[in-house]
Amino acid sequence: MSTDKSFESKSLDPAVQQMIAKAKEKGIATVWDRYEAMNPQCGYGDTGLCCRNCLQGPCRINPFGDEPKTGICGSTADVMVARWLDRAIAAGTAAHSGHAKHLAHTMMKMTKGQAPDYTIKDPVKLKSVAVRLGLPVEGRDNMEIARDVASAALADFAEKETPVLWAATVVTEGRVKALSAIGAVPKGIDHEVSEIMHRTLYGVDADAVNLLIAGIRCGVADLAGCYMGTDLADILFGTPTPVVSKANMGTLKADMVNIAAHGHNPVLSEMIVTVAESMKQEAVAAGAKGVNVVGICCTGNELLERHAIPSCTHSVSQEMALLTGALDAIVVDYQCIMPSLVTVAECMGSKIITTMDICKITGAEHIEFTEEAAAEKAKEAVRAAIAVFKKRKGQPVDIPDVESAVVAGFSTESIVAALAKVDAKDPLKPLVDNIKNGNIRGVCLFAGCNNVKVPQDRNFKIMAEKLLKENVLVVATGCGAGALMRHGFMDPANVGSLCGDGLKAVLTAIGEANGLGGPLPPVLHLGSCVDNSRAVAIVVALANYLGVDTDKLPVVASAPEAVSEKAVSIGVYAVAAGLPTHVGVMLPVLGSPAVTGILTDKVKGLTGGYFIVDLDPSSAADKLLAAIDERRKGLGL
Amino acid sequence: MHEPKEIFVNTSRCTACKTCEISCAVAHSRSGNLYGALQEKPTPKPRLYVEWVSPDVNVPILCRHCEDAPCVHACISGAISRNKESVVTTDSDKCIGCWTCVMVCPYGVIGRHLETHKSYRCDRCPDRETPACVSSCPTKALVYRTVKSFSKDVRKEAASKMIAGEGE
Repeated sequence: MSTDKSFESKSLDPAVQQMIAKAKEKGIATVWDRYEAMNPQCGYGDTGLCCRNCLQGPCRINPFGDEPKTGICGSTADVMVARWLDRAIAAGTAAHSGHAKHLAHTMMKMTKGQAPDYTIKDPVKLKSVAVRLGLPVEGRDNMEIARDVASAALADFAEKETPVLWAATVVTEGRVKALSAIGAVPKGIDHEVSEIMHRTLYGVDADAVNLLIAGIRCGVADLAGCYMGTDLADILFGTPTPVVSKANMGTLKADMVNIAAHGHNPVLSEMIVTVAESMKQEAVAAGAKGVNVVGICCTGNELLERHAIPSCTHSVSQEMALLTGALDAIVVDYQCIMPSLVTVAECMGSKIITTMDICKITGAEHIEFTEEAAAEKAKEAVRAAIAVFKKRKGQPVDIPDVESAVVAGFSTESIVAALAKVDAKDPLKPLVDNIKNGNIRGVCLFAGCNNVKVPQDRNFKIMAEKLLKENVLVVATGCGAGALMRHGFMDPANVGSLCGDGLKAVLTAIGEANGLGGPLPPVLHLGSCVDNSRAVAIVVALANYLGVDTDKLPVVASAPEAVSEKAVSIGVYAVAAGLPTHVGVMLPVLGSPAVTGILTDKVKGLTGGYFIVDLDPSSAADKLLAAIDERRKGLGL
Repeated sequence: MHEPKEIFVNTSRCTACKTCEISCAVAHSRSGNLYGALQEKPTPKPRLYVEWVSPDVNVPILCRHCEDAPCVHACISGAISRNKESVVTTDSDKCIGCWTCVMVCPYGVIGRHLETHKSYRCDRCPDRETPACVSSCPTKALVYRTVKSFSKDVRKEAASKMIAGEGE
């Protein structure tokens, strides 16, 4: 099947373009059709001037200055916009920390012998996390330590006398002081989410600045949830080390049972990978050559970074994997699962299997996953995929012949280990020296999703190309990492064509010191969206090494195609950490010039970080470069 | 003779989402998009108004471009005239802001722009094939058709109701 260029307005990924053409041919509605049907989108919602928080509403404020100028209760545009933003931050925080809490419960069950399929895969990380939390480790059994870590994690959710450990112990001392000064230190992760629901209720907080401070505090709680998610997943499933794999739909195999793990938490997807190999005989008996597990979205990133499982596709193109006709089942847990998958699966003779009590989809098959019987439940899901394969065996499939080479698995630990091969005594020195001498101009983190409003991957591609040429070290997480890996940005062979000379020299030196016979990939894959914590860990390590706070570093972040409220809360903690943070789609805040001004400017005086909203990827990249240069100047570089 | 199209309203379809008002203001902004329009001075204004008739009818109301328009007769400065497309227009340069047109308009759809000190009204989006309010209406409550075609549909619906009534 040839690539249809006319689909470039929808996606820059050639595999996705082929599947859009197929969907059109078959008359199957996809996310792009639904977006078209939704236009024009509501201008009040788009500007944040719609409020449904009470039953007197809905209220709308006229964005062009005439009546109505306030809501029925008297809420101004500033209050309406700030309340919405707070609720989005709370939702994002609830999701990341819900993921972390799930891992904490799994770990606790493991220590009690109730989850026999889980083990401690990385005792070194377990001990380092315990030490960081101030828990005793000397002479203690790993299971005892794990129980204490799980207890400490669960305790971080409720309001308590002591600070949220996963926030207080993961940032610089300077950050603790800066955040304390503005009252942005969270008292408990769940507490902050709950308090936002309270303060945004009818007739409570009606002061935009006060609302936004609470939003920042909740954003810091989100950092805690993300960091905890990464820590606990590393302990249970292993801290990533560099792996070689592939990305895109070409990783599906016509003659194998193809099963995609989609969603976020490795608690489920790890079990799918664990049992898949042992079920080869069942697959063979059904006429397949074996079981091929691929990933979609962040659970795909979790599997990629730990087991080199190929990433099939990401975010806005998730339906397209089904259009190949080769995907026998998608097993999902939660977050970013489009309900439309069920309809597309039905059209293509495939199956969606939900596994979590909080995420059922009408029309999907539900296999309730439990940690107590994890492997058994995972087998049940794989068996369902084998049954689908039996039916589709021999039928034609359209697997796009598109795949990219990927080197992933860059945890903080593996990056430090790679640097240690250059300077064993002082691993951060080579990195810092190269930042100082300008070989590395700065660092940019790409995160977030693919938004249907942007041609898929366009903003990531344009911005990363520009920044790499300007010698910015680029790291990526989540579906941002997915976008970049599908376009060859994680293939070391492309360093020569993508990177500026300074960056090229650094990536090559580190790669060669590690016996790779070539450079590291142009963009370093840090993992899933909770793994944005790894970016924070790296930034904090750099800041501590240099003896400055994180808001002084030439480090920036960007979510150029953001969708989820999780991207909003991540953006807020990036700003709380002091980073200039770009968003490439419009946040519904323009209805309040005051709130817009706080987010893009005034917050700088509080945390050092700020938002840059720019829908044009090229000028956004220029703004990030200018922010990097401003910081370099501040450091006297 | 060519019959011009008019903006008609199917009141039973209006949900009062006011998307027409927003898209009207945006269509009359310099930037042509919502985010840009919000920052502009003079502030772009919607030229139609969704009015509520208790208990549950919503009516988008806008300049009817009357054939024998009272505003054209009343305008003391000669700013209001009918163009060859049969659209009643106000020449802002000539408008002296006396608000006589507002006084005589039976629909109340002529606005006063507090920043420009001029009157403003629906101009039928001269640069667009279909006026912005019509093309943005998500429920198709606003339609852009000739009297002949609109009336034809009304008659057909009335006829089918009449026949259905006979069958009872």
